Amino acid sequence: MQINGGSVIAMVGKNCVAIASDLRLGNQALTVATNFEKVFPVTDRIYLGMAGLATDVLTLRERFRFRVNMYTIKEEREIEPETFAHLVSSTLYERRFGPYFIEPIIAGITSPAKGSKPFIAGADLIGCLNFAKDFVVVGTASDELFGIAEGLWEPDLEPEDLFETISQTFLNAVDRDAFSGWGAIVHIITPEKVITRKLQARMD
Amino acid sequence: MECQVALTGKGYVLVAADTVAARSIVKMKHDEDKIKVLGSHLLMSYSGEPGDTVQFAEYIERNLRLHQIRYLQPLRPSPAAAWIRRQLADSLRSRSPYSVNLLVGGYDIATSEPHLYWVDYLGTLAHVPYAAQGYGSYFVLSLLDRYHNPEATLEEGIETLKRCIAEMEKRLIVGLGKFKVKIVDKDGAREIEL
Repeated sequence: MQINGGSVIAMVGKNCVAIASDLRLGNQALTVATNFEKVFPVTDRIYLGMAGLATDVLTLRERFRFRVNMYTIKEEREIEPETFAHLVSSTLYERRFGPYFIEPIIAGITSPAKGSKPFIAGADLIGCLNFAKDFVVVGTASDELFGIAEGLWEPDLEPEDLFETISQTFLNAVDRDAFSGWGAIVHIITPEKVITRKLQARMD
Repeated sequence: MECQVALTGKGYVLVAADTVAARSIVKMKHDEDKIKVLGSHLLMSYSGEPGDTVQFAEYIERNLRLHQIRYLQPLRPSPAAAWIRRQLADSLRSRSPYSVNLLVGGYDIATSEPHLYWVDYLGTLAHVPYAAQGYGSYFVLSLLDRYHNPEATLEEGIETLKRCIAEMEKRLIVGLGKFKVKIVDKDGAREIEL
């Protein structure tokens, strides 16, 4: 969990959700790359973030892409965020006694048929889901993220205010963690569109 | 004490690796080639557990060759790196994992861009402008932070590479001897003298 470092956070706003990750890939204390994104699009409205062992982040990204494609073909519709969260959970629990060393975060907006409601969820490495109403955090800076998010987050933030809240929370948390940081990327998901922004961060 | 360095420049990737085959405290050989040419425009340097390294490198080499024979064209750098990564990631959770670290450099003829990938034995893959493996990386990466230029000409790139090798020679407690250097650019992969 601490070999490669990295952190991810997701937050709920008013009819929107935001998810952010840092860009560092390390090997113990040595920084190898500063362009390693840990958040990936699953559908147009669902994003998946993973913190932990980088090889498993990459393997699971491929695995989830495959499983979501199979779901889409079989069901002839896009997967709902909640369904996807359970797919993530069962994929991780399949490896109960030899787990993938990652903790996932799911952020998305439900389909218009289900009311376009914001949805976030987190899980541990064996797939125990945590459906939070406010925010979820994972990674080497999770303690710092919890503290700052607890102080800054408030209910019903508009997309631009949510962007500011998640960005400030994330940047200030990773600056206190040696294994996370080196830039950050934020995705704001609304029913209409997704806004993606790279953040300028301390490069030390 | 094995060490490999690689860097990209304007239209090329330079890969350098030491040439020592060591066992315990003894240097058994000092002209070992640790950089494999995997295709017309693809290079891979390898280090790690002796035995695993050559075995794995040859496995990769033959499979990429098989792909080229089957589909009449070689894999481009990015899919090749992704496939190599997958082999290591699958191997990691097998009964006998390969313990091999790699630098994969390639020139994409379709987009005319050089690509460099850092891969470790866990199956971690990173797309980077410059990379190093081994103890030398602790010195070399900070040097490259300062002196690497993605727009550098080949002469400038070689100059930077020489600086890196000189630094390793100076700071590592055991000398690594001569480095073998290979380059891949639009004209293909080949060995060069520093």
